[in-house]
Amino acid sequence: MKSAVVQLPGLNRDRDMIAALTKISGKAPVTIWQTETQIPDDIELIVIPGGFSYGDYLRCGAIAARMPVMQAVRERAAKGVKVMGVCNGFQILLEAGMLPGALMRNASLRFVCREVQLVVENSDTVFTRAYEKGQVVRCPVAHHDGNYFADTETLARIEGEGQVVFRYTKDTNPNGSINDIAGIVNAQGNVLGMMPHPENLIEPAHGGTDGRGIFASALEVIAA
Amino acid sequence: MIKARVVVTLKNGVLDPQGKAIEGALAALNFSGVAGVRQGKVFDLVIDHDDRAKAEGDVKAMCEQLLANTVIENYSIELG
Repeated sequence: MKSAVVQLPGLNRDRDMIAALTKISGKAPVTIWQTETQIPDDIELIVIPGGFSYGDYLRCGAIAARMPVMQAVRERAAKGVKVMGVCNGFQILLEAGMLPGALMRNASLRFVCREVQLVVENSDTVFTRAYEKGQVVRCPVAHHDGNYFADTETLARIEGEGQVVFRYTKDTNPNGSINDIAGIVNAQGNVLGMMPHPENLIEPAHGGTDGRGIFASALEVIAA
Repeated sequence: MIKARVVVTLKNGVLDPQGKAIEGALAALNFSGVAGVRQGKVFDLVIDHDDRAKAEGDVKAMCEQLLANTVIENYSIELG
């Protein structure tokens, strides 16, 4: 399957994402620069990696979300192409209106860089089929603005519709996220946004492989 | 030339840990009587024409589309 990684000024997790996609799919992803207005038709998974696009100026992901490439991503997503945003990528998808809610400054006000535990709340999505519902997986986080917020009505809807995909275990929520939400999908189920970095837990050298399942699911490879 | 000042604030009900931290810092400086602090942003825009109606409409659109995240923020506009 052909995948693509979006690149924006200030992102710094694109290389780790390219490595993960290459190692798990066996094929290097194409890279798409922020000014691109077209994404090739044969790309089946688009990933927006983490970092500090535009220095987090104005709001995290706010400027990146208004770049031409994101309109192209929006059009592909509307056609059912899988899109995955990690950390800053999640912030960008929210600012682009492709996912509901918002991400705010961590409740502790500190940048948090550590490992958390995630419960897989929905194992029926194209990103989580390799996991069992209720499975707990390890995952590293590194962020200052991962505090997920949605108003009462939106929260009830996404919880009710099974759009919450990952939740921090009670004692490992690193940012005060409402309902311990760590990752969500859109109503259509083809756009995932998550704060933790699964691309950093895919091989023994990382100290674990808990993150592989997300890529294996999205890339439709047998989880190795 | 028209100057527009946009003030962006958090909606009620959205937690503001930064505001809380500032409240704590004021208390540490021995200022009493501060019952709450919420932090916002100010944008000063210089509009290079004199059509006030157009300026108001344009700045409102700028707020909706970029300057405020209307999921969690409100905005107000003052034309000078």
